[in-house]
Amino acid sequence: MLPDFDLLTPQTLPQALDMLATGSPDVIPLAGGTNLIVDMRDGRHRPKAVMDLRRLDELRSIHMDDGHIVVGGGMTIAELMTDPLIAEHGAPLGEAAAVMANPLVRNRATVAGNLVDASPAADMAPPLLVLNAEVELVSQEGMRRVRLEDFLVGVNDTLLQPQELLAAVRWPVPSPHSVGAFYKLGLRRAVACSVVNAATMVMCDMDGRCQQARIALGAVAPTPIRAHAAEGALRGQLLTEEVIAKAARVSAKATCPIDDIRGTADYRQRMVEVLVRRLLVKSAVGVRQ
Amino acid sequence: MRPKVVTLDVNRKRHHVVLAPNVTLLQALRELGCTDVKSGCEKGDCGACAVLLDGKAVNSCLVLAWQADGSEIITNAGLGTVDDPHPLQEAFADSGAVQCGYCTPGMIIAAKTLLDRNPHPTEEEIREAISGNLCRCTGYGQIVQAVQIAAERMAAAGPVTVTGQGG
Repeated sequence: MLPDFDLLTPQTLPQALDMLATGSPDVIPLAGGTNLIVDMRDGRHRPKAVMDLRRLDELRSIHMDDGHIVVGGGMTIAELMTDPLIAEHGAPLGEAAAVMANPLVRNRATVAGNLVDASPAADMAPPLLVLNAEVELVSQEGMRRVRLEDFLVGVNDTLLQPQELLAAVRWPVPSPHSVGAFYKLGLRRAVACSVVNAATMVMCDMDGRCQQARIALGAVAPTPIRAHAAEGALRGQLLTEEVIAKAARVSAKATCPIDDIRGTADYRQRMVEVLVRRLLVKSAVGVRQ
Repeated sequence: MRPKVVTLDVNRKRHHVVLAPNVTLLQALRELGCTDVKSGCEKGDCGACAVLLDGKAVNSCLVLAWQADGSEIITNAGLGTVDDPHPLQEAFADSGAVQCGYCTPGMIIAAKTLLDRNPHPTEEEIREAISGNLCRCTGYGQIVQAVQIAAERMAAAGPVTVTGQGG
């Protein structure tokens, strides 16, 4: 049984922002509900009022705008899996969507919900970090864009203000010479919280020399993180076995994992090295093709 | 907060029910007599409460009934009857895929959405499609087999017979 709460059902984005401006911080947005409803049932969250975002068409599109891919915050994880723009310009995000939670949850859970929930293990975060994504935060005051790397500030903590909604996430269309990939390590193959997840994106010149690399890691720090030093170790290099092995080792050093029921800190750190190596090897093959 | 009248179209029958905002779709459906929709973990882990909500398979425990206002809901019972079962329901019975039966309605809903988009799934694809549904009798082998048999029968029967099966 869920505790009592008021349920607000705005039909448009301006209505929703008005309700938030008047009601915050007592009004909590409800996106897919796959975290919030469970938290309310378990008593971890007792909002006075909940605002259903599912009728807001403004949050429900995936399109290209001014050289960017823009994904509405209300898009479900399942919708990412079948969208042609994501397949072409956001492959690591599509890969992460396909292994997140389970098919029933994916039909409800949203991109914005996963980011605002801000779990260190959030599966949407590493792919969006390597895509160099920004989030669009809207309120009655207007819209501001924040880099995802800056937006995620701690365990279940973001820069989102109580009167704001995460309306969209966007990233610049990646170079056609770039290759991205995602890997999730869970204790089982479905309905698993990531023990470690990782994404990489590399762009190479005609000679196969790495011009730019991004590496993002989840569940190994209070927030999903970029491994900047390891990215630097790849820049200007041919993606040889040694260069990749070094970048993987340096990636592991960027982490500060904890022991928990899913694995020890030591195991997580070792797995970061393995995952990053696998992803970069796969990318090196992709770059050559 | 005051309850309101919510319209739920369940298995092609329209209901107007007065519900408080904290009632889940799962609770509302069971109170309407749809006891084929099972209450399991109530966390979205087990899939026992799966229904089709506007054509998408979802955990009804994670949907507020108000959110489903005006929506079309199909439960396992809406796919077929004892006299005129859906090929999946028939195949589950024939294969011994039903042990205690608690996971069965959710399994059939998940399998139905798979066969709708992929009439010839591989074993791997079937296991992925039912990965949000737990069977604590652990009878997964027979369940996978049942979905394969249903797919074969539906293909053999051709599209005309399949549309006649409802859902």
